[in-house]
Amino acid sequence: MEENKAIIEALIFASEYPLSTDKIADILSDVKKDDIDRMIRELMREYEERSGGLYLQEVAGGVQFRTRESLGAWIHKMRGGRGMMLTPAAMETLAVVAYRQPVVKSEIDKIRGVDVSGSLRGLLEKKFVRIMGRKDVPGKPIIYGTTKKFLEVFNLKDLSELPTLRELKDLQE
Amino acid sequence: MAYEIKLDIFEGPLDLLLFLIKKNEIDIYNIPIALITEQYLEYLDMMRSLNLDLAGEYLVLAATLIHIKSKMLLPVEEDDHDEEDPDPRAELVRQLLEYQLYKEAAMQLGTRPLLDRDVFTRGVMAEELSDQDDQAMAIELSVFDLVDAFYKIVSTMEKGELLEINTEKMSLAERMNEIMDKLAEKRNLTFMELLGEHANRRMLIYTFLAILELMRQRMIRIYQASSFGVIRVCLAVES
Repeated sequence: MEENKAIIEALIFASEYPLSTDKIADILSDVKKDDIDRMIRELMREYEERSGGLYLQEVAGGVQFRTRESLGAWIHKMRGGRGMMLTPAAMETLAVVAYRQPVVKSEIDKIRGVDVSGSLRGLLEKKFVRIMGRKDVPGKPIIYGTTKKFLEVFNLKDLSELPTLRELKDLQE
Repeated sequence: MAYEIKLDIFEGPLDLLLFLIKKNEIDIYNIPIALITEQYLEYLDMMRSLNLDLAGEYLVLAATLIHIKSKMLLPVEEDDHDEEDPDPRAELVRQLLEYQLYKEAAMQLGTRPLLDRDVFTRGVMAEELSDQDDQAMAIELSVFDLVDAFYKIVSTMEKGELLEINTEKMSLAERMNEIMDKLAEKRNLTFMELLGEHANRRMLIYTFLAILELMRQRMIRIYQASSFGVIRVCLAVES
């Protein structure tokens, strides 16, 4: 059992993306998923108790090692630059996509009161937003939604973890 | 009367309007339209005098404000009394409230511990560097080279499935996402690898259309290391 836990720890470390229980179960084929989940939780607790530079974060449908938030400045010092930045305009567009998806561009334009072509293109290039299809109305406008990378970067397990928009329902009536 | 004007960069006309409402400590449900219109127009004048690019949307909202103002100046006719005219400001208020909601949501998103800003994973820089080296030598291709490659594959396909009725539904968007997923996994694939694995002609056409659409949206890039060489498809790296 202890060895399996070590294997799981190693897999999570070596994975480039958040590693899901399913993926681990594919590799450790003779270990039950429940046990894998339990061992992941144990690992999370161990890293929490150790309170070192790393922690294990549940994000985008998997788990991932991350550096502690309080240490960000040191990483910036090593890497140079200030890291990922989005303009307020891009953040607003992203928020509308995240909460309203699947959503067409005209709807985002209307909510923000500006033409969002530029910020939408930037979000597509950064892969926070993806094309989900086309809406079956005249003109067949493109439908947008958020990506897995959006979850990963914004530290969300899944979309249901987005904080609720207060009063949104009242407004839509 | 002189306004103290702080030069915030606004995210749009609604943002400017919200700012004015907050600055004047106005109840959003009961906007004194004359006052706000006046201040809004002054702001536009000032932005113009500073040679800031004024997006058309600012002028649209100015027109809307003036329209509402004129409507409110008109006396309500007695006949219409029963129908109860809606407040001409109602639509604007609804828009403002909705915008405010998403503005708040955006700020809330920004306070989360963000990857590559607050928290970090192991660096994967080495791989990216070697990728860039590869690309330095590559030739960018035109759509015609793609069409050429497509014909090559189609012409090698077996014929004789002329009467096939295919009920299987496929969507371009689905195919585009599949390609993006594949590329995210493998980083780069040859054009043949993407196209050739599907025997049927319909799938071929969808794949080809998906690649063209993804190119048009600059989601992917297509490279060829030498003339007549293998065509490679990779994700467009963010600048």
